Amino acid sequence: MVLAAFALVAAATKMDIAADAAFDVRLKKLESELRCLVCQNQTLADSNAMLAEDLRREVRDLALSGKSDAEIRAYLVARYGDFVLYDPPLKRTTWLLWIGPFALLAGGAALWWTILRRREDAAKAMPPPADPDAEARGRALLDDGDEPPHAS
Amino acid sequence: MKTVRWSIPLAIFVVLVAFLWVGLGRDPREVPSPLIGKAAPSFALTQLHGDKPLSTAELKGKVWLLNVWASWCVSCRVEHPLLLQLAKAGIVPVYGLDYKDKPDDGRAWLAKNGDPYIASVVDQDGRVGIDYGVYGVPETFVIDRSGIVRYKQIGPLSVESLQEKILPLVRELQK
Repeated sequence: MVLAAFALVAAATKMDIAADAAFDVRLKKLESELRCLVCQNQTLADSNAMLAEDLRREVRDLALSGKSDAEIRAYLVARYGDFVLYDPPLKRTTWLLWIGPFALLAGGAALWWTILRRREDAAKAMPPPADPDAEARGRALLDDGDEPPHAS
Repeated sequence: MKTVRWSIPLAIFVVLVAFLWVGLGRDPREVPSPLIGKAAPSFALTQLHGDKPLSTAELKGKVWLLNVWASWCVSCRVEHPLLLQLAKAGIVPVYGLDYKDKPDDGRAWLAKNGDPYIASVVDQDGRVGIDYGVYGVPETFVIDRSGIVRYKQIGPLSVESLQEKILPLVRELQK
């Protein structure tokens, strides 16, 4: 009777090994998307804090009881807020976080473009020299400057 | 045109300073609790003294404080004298949640430092702590008559936090 029970358990274990590996991968992935509240810049997967251990246990238990990843995330968010998620959800309070960098980039690009345009327009709008001779004299003087001053 | 030239960087600078001023003034360890305004998670745990159970259902109808503490918690010592004073004043009943602690250690700690709690319950595996979103002991919750969490203090209580936030809120809720 006892032996039969052992055999049954052994068979069940063998069958579960493959499923277990996939389950572990799933847990690891989920844990690496969740933040440890105690050491705030570590994920649950990386942290050795007591709370992280407890939360990993909780995540494991929830997963074992058949809860989906989304349900597990919702469970933690209900207790600790969006802060537990490394990927903050897009909502009214976080739109600045998500859109901000792109808005800044677009603003910078627009500013750059306007400045370039303005410079081009200014160059085009430059009046022609009043006296063509004056320009020639100026050029000659500039070319003169090419020689070293103590040459003669 | 000239004024525009220096007023734009100035405006950007002012905005930046304002953001940094607010941002750096905040404590990043204080995560706003999503429990505020929601029903306090129910529990039925064994009391530290007397081995009787205590459940949140028994506390319906009164305003109470739930103080999460532990004998291993260093900053709990900081707030402990305040809790003793609060208990003495009898303004609001304080219940303790002995979080992830051995009952013997918890009892010894209270015997040594004084017991401000009407009762303390033992949360040995930290499950109730997780339900309450506890991550930095000590934490204190203000719970109203209908069992709604109204306030959460993370870290030790201080004279300021009691006088400015918790006690006025308790008085308001007790009306």
